[in-house]
Amino acid sequence: MTKISKNKDLPGAIITDVGSTAKNKTGSWRTFRPVVDHSKCVGCGKCERFCPEGCIKIVEKDGKRVSVIDYNYCKGCLICMNECPLKAISKEVEHK
Amino acid sequence: MVSKKRNKNAVVIEGSQAVARAVKSCDVKVIAAYPITPQTHIVQELAKMHANGEIDCEYINVEAEFSAISAVLGSTAAGVRSFTATSSQGLALMNEVLYATAGMRIPVVMVVCNRALSAPINIWNDHQDSIAERDSGWIQIYVESVQEAVDSLIQAYKISEDKKVLLPSMVCMDGFYLTHVYEPVVIPEKEEVDKFLPAFEYPYPLDPEKPLTMGPLGFPNDYARLRKQLFEATLESKGKIVKANKDFKKCFGRSYGDGLIEVYGDGKIAIVSMGSLCSTIKEYVDSSKDVCLVRIRTFRPFPGEELKKVLKDKEKVIVMEKNISLGHVGSVFMELATALYGTGIEIYDFIVGSGGIDVPLSTINYVVERVKKNKEKPGSVVFIDKVI
Repeated sequence: MTKISKNKDLPGAIITDVGSTAKNKTGSWRTFRPVVDHSKCVGCGKCERFCPEGCIKIVEKDGKRVSVIDYNYCKGCLICMNECPLKAISKEVEHK
Repeated sequence: MVSKKRNKNAVVIEGSQAVARAVKSCDVKVIAAYPITPQTHIVQELAKMHANGEIDCEYINVEAEFSAISAVLGSTAAGVRSFTATSSQGLALMNEVLYATAGMRIPVVMVVCNRALSAPINIWNDHQDSIAERDSGWIQIYVESVQEAVDSLIQAYKISEDKKVLLPSMVCMDGFYLTHVYEPVVIPEKEEVDKFLPAFEYPYPLDPEKPLTMGPLGFPNDYARLRKQLFEATLESKGKIVKANKDFKKCFGRSYGDGLIEVYGDGKIAIVSMGSLCSTIKEYVDSSKDVCLVRIRTFRPFPGEELKKVLKDKEKVIVMEKNISLGHVGSVFMELATALYGTGIEIYDFIVGSGGIDVPLSTINYVVERVKKNKEKPGSVVFIDKVI
């Protein structure tokens, strides 16, 4: 993790090396894992827009636009599952 | 106390309007405030100046005080001199952000128009609102007159923005007694203030070209280290307050005691107090042989050593204060007792002026006589709930 500066000239709680959130893989916090069924998904992008972590992307796969979840950062809130108009996203209990 | 000497540059002006003009002279670039009695006239005057194009700044209308302080925290962090003002419930609503402002070392300057806290709801003056924020890490300057409010505002920016300090400041002026009074006041013009107050340069401003994170999660090691730094900075700010008061005298010919405390008279019985009440006490001292006043100007940082020096040879010390720590005693008494620990001086505590109840000369006389005649026990607290 990036550290708060110990420089005495930066007395407030300051981090000068930004982007540290990306180093903290919050995917390990998940209880439920959202799983996209690519045979149902039409790549409408609703889940991408609603994801509070910004970890869903619509990508081209086998000539079709589909939703792909980055499990490094997905915390398993399941908002995507709730929003999906085609019920293409289901949940599974996360086994570690 | 209003100076008896006439100054040809003085104008007779309402306290709030004088403060608003001083804000303009300080070249403040962002104002965010929410109106609350008795602070309203300050922000109303500033809003009027802004609407008329007389002040070159952003004026952010917010929905509540929590947003007002958050907005000026942000704008100051971006390296822009900012101002806000509030009172009572408004200050209480800011509580969470006050601690963050000090912890992030953001030199915001705010005028607190002292007013009692609910319940029952009360718009009149006492010091409970700002005393409740004692531990927030803000410098607190309690002023006696409108002139001191104007001068302290200018000094506060200089103290807060000093790179060795970087702490926010509250200039505490008594609601109504000072905010709504008309007094002769000298309001320094921007050109004069510029000679005393350098342009604001925040050492690490928010800048999209050079991104940084402020106020992130601090694990125990970081937290303890930064809190200790904050503690040391509050203590070290004392010297800067004294220096600002001295430098101010060189520029403007006015100063307030040594900046931390002010001694008036040399009687063997000392009254210790804060704010506009000190004007009445000075009048009492003028007609008395054995009483003097020691006015605390900065409650934070607390001038413990300075008080000990001037009080160590007094026979009795009487605290007259407009706040109480419920379940114990008044806060000024508590702090003073710590400062005088080991000296054996008799200290008496009188809670006066609660919720704006008047404190005339007769009440001061009553308090002094009770102590002189040994009618009160040293170390005890007396709550005066009526005009005597």
